[in-house]
Order: sequence, then C-alpha cells, then structure tokens
Amino acid sequence: MAGRHDTRDGMTDPARRAMLAGAVKGACAVGVLGALLAIPAHRRAEAVALRPPGAIAENDFTAACVRCGLCVRDCPYDTLKLSDLGDGPALGTPFFNARAVPCEMCEHIPCVAACPTGALDKGLTNINNAKMGVAVLVSQETCLNYLGLRCDVCYRVCPRIGEAITLELSHNTRTAKHAFFIPTVHSDKCTGCGKCERACVLDEAAIKVLPHVLATGQLGKHYRLGWEEKKKAGQSLVEPSPEVQVRGMEGVEMTPGGTYKLERRPDGGFKEFKP
Amino acid sequence: MTAKTAPHGLIDPGASAVAEKGWFAAHKWLLARRLSQFAVVVVFLTGPLWGIWIAKGNLASSLTFGILPLTDPLMLLQGLAAGHVMTGAALAGAAIVVVFYALVGGRAYCAWACPVNAVTDLAYWLRGKLGLERGVALKRSTRLWLLAAVMATSAATGTIAWELVNPVTMLHRGLVTGSILTLGSAALVTAAVFLFDLGISARGWCTHLCPVGAFYGLIGRASVVRVSAWRRAACDNCMDCFAVCPERHVIAPALRGEAKGAGPVIMSADCTNCGRCIDVCSKTVFRFGTRFHNAPSDAVSVGDGVDSAAPPARVA
Repeated sequence: MAGRHDTRDGMTDPARRAMLAGAVKGACAVGVLGALLAIPAHRRAEAVALRPPGAIAENDFTAACVRCGLCVRDCPYDTLKLSDLGDGPALGTPFFNARAVPCEMCEHIPCVAACPTGALDKGLTNINNAKMGVAVLVSQETCLNYLGLRCDVCYRVCPRIGEAITLELSHNTRTAKHAFFIPTVHSDKCTGCGKCERACVLDEAAIKVLPHVLATGQLGKHYRLGWEEKKKAGQSLVEPSPEVQVRGMEGVEMTPGGTYKLERRPDGGFKEFKP
Repeated sequence: MTAKTAPHGLIDPGASAVAEKGWFAAHKWLLARRLSQFAVVVVFLTGPLWGIWIAKGNLASSLTFGILPLTDPLMLLQGLAAGHVMTGAALAGAAIVVVFYALVGGRAYCAWACPVNAVTDLAYWLRGKLGLERGVALKRSTRLWLLAAVMATSAATGTIAWELVNPVTMLHRGLVTGSILTLGSAALVTAAVFLFDLGISARGWCTHLCPVGAFYGLIGRASVVRVSAWRRAACDNCMDCFAVCPERHVIAPALRGEAKGAGPVIMSADCTNCGRCIDVCSKTVFRFGTRFHNAPSDAVSVGDGVDSAAPPARVA
C-alpha cells in the first residue's frame, strides 16, 4: 500500500497543484454547461408523435405517466418507444411513429393492461374504440388515387376497411371516361393505428396519422345543423319567411313558403314578366 | 498510519482497516452495495437481452416476476399534486416501497439502489486523486427546498415536473433501455451530475441537491435498520469514518455522544446506511443494528469481554 503514495511527491508543488485543480474545475464547469445546453439544442421542429391506445388527454397524461416503460416492454411489435431528446413528446413518455412501426391493434391491448398509473385508460377494452389519432390524406397532389390510379393500399390495409377509410367515387373529367376512387377517412371510426401511413407506397406518405387536436376541426358549441334539428323535431324549427313584396310583382299571388306563383306563357316566358 | 496524515488530510482512509482485517473484510459493505446497485440494473436487462424476465419497467415503476409492483412514491405524490390519482397497481407499488424503506432506512435507496450513487462516488474518488478542494459550499437543506419546489411546480404545471430533469430515473432508464449509448438525456444528465460533483462541488448532488434523496430521507426518519457505533469506546479518533461518510454530520452524535448520554445508534435520517464506516474502521466500532438498541448501555466498553480481533456478529 505504501508504494501507491510515492507518486504523489511530484505533485506536492502547490503552484502545480493549484494549476491542475483550476484546469479540472474549469473543464468541469464547461462540461456541465455544455451538457445542459445540449438538452435544448436537441430540440427539433415539433415532431408529430402518437400516444399508445387508451392514452388519456395530453394535459392529464403528463400528470399521470411516470415514464416507467411498462407499456413499451409489453408491446409485442416494438411499436412503442420512450421519448428521448428531440423526439417531441415529454421526455421519457411513450409514443410511436406510425411510418416506422404502426400499432397492430392487439385484441387484448397489452400496453393498457401494463400501465400501473392510469395514464392508459383501462376503460378501453375494445381496440376498435382506440383514438390514437386520425389519418388525414394530407397530400392530394401526390396520392395516386387522386391522380386517377387504383392504388387503394391505404384502404386495403386498414383494419377497419370500409369503415374508417372508404373509397368515394367521382367523375374523372381529365379522361372523361374513368372514375376517381378517393380514399376518405371517417374520424369517428379511425383508431389512428397508422397502418395506412406505414403502407403508403409513396416516398413520403400522402396519408398521415395526426393527433386529434391537429387533425380534426371543432364546431362552435352553439352551432346547430338545421337539417339534423329538423329531422329530430319532425318539422322545421324556423318560421316561414315573411312575404316580401318585390317591386313589379304587385298583385301576383304568393305561396306560404314565400315563392311567387308564376304562370308560364306558351312561348316559354312567364306571364308576369314583361319582355 | 503515516500514509493517512499526508499534507492534504486523510488520503487513504481505510488503509489501517485493510492492514487489520484484510482487503476483503475492509470492503465488504462497499462490494455488497456495488453488487446491489448492479443487480438493480441487471434484473431489468435479463429480459430484453436473454429472454429471462425478472423485472420490467424502471425505477419509476416496475413489475417483478409479473406480480410484485413497485412504484416510486415521489412520482405518485407529484402526480397527485398535478391532479391525477393513480390506479391500484401504482398505489400498491408505492405503499410497498414506503414500507420497505421505512424498515431498511429511507436513504438506503440512495446507497443501495440509485444508479447515480456510483457516478457521484466515482467523482468523489477522482476528486481525492486529483487533490481538489471542496469547491462550492452548498447547504444540505437545499435538497429539501428543491423537493418543495418540485411539488409546487408539479401542482402549478399539472405535470410530474421532476421527471423533466431527474438524473435518477433518466440514468436508470438509459441503462435498462440501452438509450445511454446514444448522446441522449441519460448520457447528458449523468455527465452533468458527474462533472458538477467532480469540478464544482464535492458530493454536491447526492448530499446537497437531490430532492429524491431528500424525499427518501423523509421516509426513513423512523426507519428501523441503523448503523450503531456500539463499540464506540474502542474509537481511536483516526477519523477514517468521517473521511468516507457522504453525510459526515450523522456520525458524531452517536460516536461521541457518550458524555451527553446519547445512545450509540446513528439516528439521523440523512444516513444512507451505506456501511462504509463499518468497512473502514480498524477497531470494529460500527455495525448494523436497529433503532431499538439505542440506550447508552447498548454500547459495550472495550473491556467487556469482546475480542477486538474477531469481527462481531452481524445483525442486519
């Protein structure tokens, strides 16, 4: 043991020791600041990352998730990852990138079963009711179906084929003899699993799964759809328009709906209109 | 003994214990502790690496052998402050953790489970090798203020706030997921703590700042397993125990309290139960015991028929 200390004799010069200590301290201070600065420096433009099925609202999620990674461990397809610097979501929380590995929508939802804190809601028992996000056909200019081809891949791979994504037909005026088969997402049925985004054949997916907050609009709470209200009530809820006298139409009879009863002349015109 | 009194103080505490007891006996608890810290990481790695699942999750919350839930109670409290009541598994897991550390010593978490301990111990050891002075002086109570700030921030922002910076869980997560190998949060935060302890403040993180340690200290205020200076009469004032202790203020009341009628048990909640004082004492003054043997009469005098050459029986 004694031999260990012999080497220290060369370091007993106080000036050398002070210089060494100063250099170490300075290097450490630089290192600490550098490491702390590197953390925000990792931040990129906000990446769009999706939460596991059953995740409660994002604001509540960061109060509930302890970043334990149990959902990640129990994901049989390695879909879920824990966020690190630059991934977007709060550090250490679970997310997935649909274009890399989409959610396979396991019937027994092992990630939800594994969550100890309630950040993933155990109330989700049917994976078809998951709301991880909504697929949006973001690029109509590059989607092959929009170009008039029959790609249909997003429609075919959708676990809820014909429900979450349907093909809506419209006339192709360019060729005048073909139809467009437009992939159309129905947000009430889409689980946000991301299989469509994963499968899109383009170099950059034309259909992408976005978090609900980005993907869906929200009507003002006071908005009412007249035709829905009419159906519910069995009749129109608004009074018929009052009769408005139009100049030159004096004496012409009006229907209760506010339309003039016009008499057609044999030559095709109307009797009430002067040529 | 001459090696101990070099110009810069005690440069090799424990040398006389090594000479007296042999290297292995003089590092027994240190080795046990390193083994424990290693195991706390390895049990999470056997599953992903070799398919043998022992524990899943990480120090924040885990599930062992598919049945034993463990959750960091500090997370639970932060979640509660943020407005989220956690579900049964987390509540049960936190209760188990609280009971366990209330038995074995709250800050045993720091010494035996926390992966940051090995990092800051390394920094402290290197600091001694480089002969650095203590650096920036911080108050030990800073960690309690930080703990209060963590709770207040959780409540104000509605998030588990400390997880944005917590080196304890970040390092453990980095180790059990392998993300430590990338230049991500685990590597950066760990490097920051190491360099802070090395170049800025001696034992700065674990002993002065870490709110997780402060929280476990609160859990352990009434903990059962304690280090006892039961043979304090044999103390020759070599100061080795003070030199190795990360919380050196905890020793004196027990070791030197005889005149004031104090018992031999280290009762401070700051003690991490690391057992290093037991290792480095060549006079076998210390051993693990319980808080219930703290009457002054529980300390034996050297002439009490205790053979000073034979190590005493371990209690814990």
